[in-house]
Amino acid sequence: MVDKLNDDIGEEKRLQLWEMMLKLRLVEKKAYDLFLQNLIKGTSHLALGQEAIAGAFGVALKQGDYTFCTYRGHAHTLARGSSIEGVLGELMGRQCGLMKGKGGSMHLTDVDNGVMGSYAIIGAHLTIANGTALASKYNKTNEVSVCFFGDGTTNIGAFHEALNMAKIWNLPIVFVCENNLYMEYTPIHEVTAVEHPAADRAGAYDLDKIIVDGNDADEMLRTAEKAISKAREGKGPSLIEAKTYRHSGHSRADPGKYRPDEEVKDWMENKDPIKNYRAKLLDFNINEKIISEIEEKIKDQVEKATEISMASPIPEIKEIYTDVWANGGSEWHN
Amino acid sequence: MAQLTYRASVSLAIAQSMRKDQKVFFIGEDVGAAGGVFKATVGLLEEFGKERVMDAPISEQAILGAAMGAAMTGLRPIAEIMFSDFLAVCWDIVANQIAKTRYMSDGQINIPLVIRTANGGGSKFGAQHSQSLENWSMMIPGLKVVAPSCPSDVLGLMDSAVKDPDPVIFYEHKSLYAFKEEIEQTDISIPIGEANTLHEGKDITIIGLALMAQRAKEAALILKDKHDINAKVIDLRSLVPLDLQTIKKSVIETGHVLTVEENPRLCGWGAEISSLISEHCFKNLKGPVTRVTTPHVPLPSADILEDNTIPSVELIVNEVIKKLKGE
Repeated sequence: MVDKLNDDIGEEKRLQLWEMMLKLRLVEKKAYDLFLQNLIKGTSHLALGQEAIAGAFGVALKQGDYTFCTYRGHAHTLARGSSIEGVLGELMGRQCGLMKGKGGSMHLTDVDNGVMGSYAIIGAHLTIANGTALASKYNKTNEVSVCFFGDGTTNIGAFHEALNMAKIWNLPIVFVCENNLYMEYTPIHEVTAVEHPAADRAGAYDLDKIIVDGNDADEMLRTAEKAISKAREGKGPSLIEAKTYRHSGHSRADPGKYRPDEEVKDWMENKDPIKNYRAKLLDFNINEKIISEIEEKIKDQVEKATEISMASPIPEIKEIYTDVWANGGSEWHN
Repeated sequence: MAQLTYRASVSLAIAQSMRKDQKVFFIGEDVGAAGGVFKATVGLLEEFGKERVMDAPISEQAILGAAMGAAMTGLRPIAEIMFSDFLAVCWDIVANQIAKTRYMSDGQINIPLVIRTANGGGSKFGAQHSQSLENWSMMIPGLKVVAPSCPSDVLGLMDSAVKDPDPVIFYEHKSLYAFKEEIEQTDISIPIGEANTLHEGKDITIIGLALMAQRAKEAALILKDKHDINAKVIDLRSLVPLDLQTIKKSVIETGHVLTVEENPRLCGWGAEISSLISEHCFKNLKGPVTRVTTPHVPLPSADILEDNTIPSVELIVNEVIKKLKGE
């Protein structure tokens, strides 16, 4: 039962979180539809089912903070305030895309909104996120850097190098492991020495062991706010392990058949963060009309953004030769 | 006028850049309190303190990742990778992240950083601490590749590298750290992408880099004194950007070209230069462009083995005589 008297989050923030998560869900669903229509090429890694994590951080972070995500990064990019057409347009290879088709689904970047890139080589961005955190410390400014990654990342060297460096230099950074139980196609427990791939390693770097239900949006928000405050106050890094589950396969090419039907059904029906949060909003006596209005608003935004993206021109071929160098070009000899 | 070693010019160049710009900081393993394993960064910690001269753990990925992230915010890090061979353990950060992020982000992100690294053989360190790896970075779009051959070039090119808005890999040659030069002015700037002529001549063009440029110059002096051959020696100074115009101008004059590379044969930078000369100067050539490289083997350690693997002055002299006189 909800404790309405001691509600530390409040209606305004809850509706903000609801709107955020719904946007992430509906844009990912639209991305899936556009793939089926062959309007999006290449690959994509959807975060359907994992929206509470990116959503909570999106609500908790401030303008100016830095985020780094993986190739499964559409949701994390949108959560910082990037436009829907910027994301869908990039997936469709259109000029309205965040990088005008230069990067694609796995590399969404939107510096104006603090999205410092989506990284497709496992582990690398943990070390790079340390760099923006180091810059904040060096410049004596108070931005926080947040780095999202999957459970599989905990078994690559860069994870360990990055955690050690963040700790010894007391960097203002939050590492967020989204443990969706599968490292691509393989159950994470089959290939990891410890039960909790991130949290059980925290002690090795003198960090607290933090495990959170990543599908409980309220708990996720509380955990995010606490770690962000700690970093902003100069009290150093945190490592959070958020348990979650992806509703679809690893990537476009993967139907996810390696997962037991009962397990998938349980997560989809009983642990879906969106479905459960809607019920929670009603438990808190939030007017269903307000909830539905937000749903209609987001649906409308997604449809409009899709139209904008489809109408946006494809890139000009000359763009191949631009922006290798800071002078805008790609020349390598005189 | 003062005599300066290549080693001392490295620490001076870094210090000069750090004095000029508060955004410049320096990070690496054993670079601060220890002054660097080659003693090329002595005095920096004392002058700039721990906030700007950071001793890092043996974590090459974390070092370059931190440098990259800081550069993304507008800082201008200089990161040291102790031996260029160690680039192999952080090559993802170099080749996939630092090199490509500007392009993939459609120019949203600049990465103004310098990666300094001790490169090349001559110290009998064996195959994993002696490689000449400029060509690894040359083949990755998005990286600038600099390799100075003398103390004044270290000073001038480091100044430009730190100011450059793009990532620069700065290959210092281990066998040149003791190399001395009379220097009038230390606070100098040399644009990246301008080759330097170390010896004038109209009979043949010898193209080298770093230690090989110095050996080519020594060879040119012998060729002139003892064999009446006037060789023009071009020190490329940087592979990316490449000063093709200086190469073309000389090839048009001489018609003969020899590249001198310290790397193993396959895919060495001389192959690209040879291809460019074929495309741009074919009608000016009086014979094939030829290359002196190390054999296609890992570098051995023993004196006699290493000395006979890396191109020597004598080998360069003999190759030139063979080309021009058919001997």
